[in-house]
Amino acid sequence: MNINLTLIGQLIAFVAFVAFCMRYVWPPIAGAMAERQSKIADGLAAADRAGHDLEVAKQQADEQLADAKREAAGIIEAANKRAQAVVDEAKEAASAEADRVKAAASAEIEQERARAQEQLMTKVSALALAGAEKILAAEIDADKHADLLKSLAAES
Amino acid sequence: MAANGDSQTVSEYIVHHLTNLTYGKLPGGYERYDGSVVAEPGQWTMAHGADEIAAMGFNAIHVDSMFWSVGLGLVFCWLFRRVAVQATAGVPSGLVNFVEMVVEFVDGTVKDTFHGRNPLIAPLALTIFVWVFLMNLMDLIPVDLIPHSLMLAGVEYQKIVPSTDPNITMGMAVGVFVLMLFYSIKVKGFGFVKELALNPFNHPLFIPVNLFMEVVGLLAKPFSLGLRLFGNMYAGEMIFILIAALFSVGLFWLLPAALLQIGWAIFHILVITLQAFIFMVLTIVYLSMAHEDH
Repeated sequence: MNINLTLIGQLIAFVAFVAFCMRYVWPPIAGAMAERQSKIADGLAAADRAGHDLEVAKQQADEQLADAKREAAGIIEAANKRAQAVVDEAKEAASAEADRVKAAASAEIEQERARAQEQLMTKVSALALAGAEKILAAEIDADKHADLLKSLAAES
Repeated sequence: MAANGDSQTVSEYIVHHLTNLTYGKLPGGYERYDGSVVAEPGQWTMAHGADEIAAMGFNAIHVDSMFWSVGLGLVFCWLFRRVAVQATAGVPSGLVNFVEMVVEFVDGTVKDTFHGRNPLIAPLALTIFVWVFLMNLMDLIPVDLIPHSLMLAGVEYQKIVPSTDPNITMGMAVGVFVLMLFYSIKVKGFGFVKELALNPFNHPLFIPVNLFMEVVGLLAKPFSLGLRLFGNMYAGEMIFILIAALFSVGLFWLLPAALLQIGWAIFHILVITLQAFIFMVLTIVYLSMAHEDH
């Protein structure tokens, strides 16, 4: 138990080391630890937020999907209607065209028939005239009955 | 273990182990171990043996205690400074983890005990804890390893556990005591004197009694702080030395001594940590009391 100058020496060393620790050791380490703590807390909060966001996004996606399905169903229905309408229209147009063609054809036939009748008339009257001419050649003077014949031809 | 029975008795061996390497001033007229007489104004020299150390009185310094104490303090500073430079908010690893664990432990202890705001307390507690622990840790190095090696190199005495030197423990305790007084006066001002004078008997007649009791109580704090650590470490070191001395007694003692050595060393791992922790906690408690107004 010799108390001597060593005590003073140790006291000085003690003060020096505590001062060093207080100035150069503690603040950086404690600071880094506090910073990391807040960083981890932030990270955890962000993770929580992300989880919540995911939930919301899922919900939104579900809603959008349902909307899209509804819309698609609507579109399909409209398309079906439209197709039906197109078919009906086409049918109508086709029958109208058929009617039109039929009418045109019958008109042509009628025209054809009228012309044939007219030709036939002309030929029949000519024949009749020729026959009558031959029958009457001897007894009937052509010059005398010319006017009568002419008016006959014009009548038919 | 190097207790050679021929030239050294067991008690000589023990005393040798408990003697510090001392550099000091021998008074004039002192007759040295080799018969020479010190000239009148005295002489600064290395001491040979306990008698010369006793003759040096206060004017002496334990070179070994100071060397190991300051050396271990530097180890602490170097180690923790390295981590302090590396420390970032990123992912810590290896040594950084370990140091941060220690820092967090000390910080937790300080926050549990000390409720004021003082940026000195936590670094002070950390320094005390790690430094005292490192000094105590020297106790686990086999008692003869370094002293005997140094003896072969020509250094006569060597005590490698600084905390078995009362100068070292009391030096730190005095440092803490000065801080206690400083903060008592700074925080309480005149209230500190009132606290000493009017406790526990709050009556003017009892002021001398109160003063005496409180001052004794106050002075007891650094002594209990420093001498507790010294006593524990000194006793532990003494037992290590006794066990080491057992090795030289005879072949029969070899195995029991080895077992004792291992057992005591394992137990001592607990003791050195506990003593470092107690020194730190008491420092915090005393400083906390210095900050509290009654």
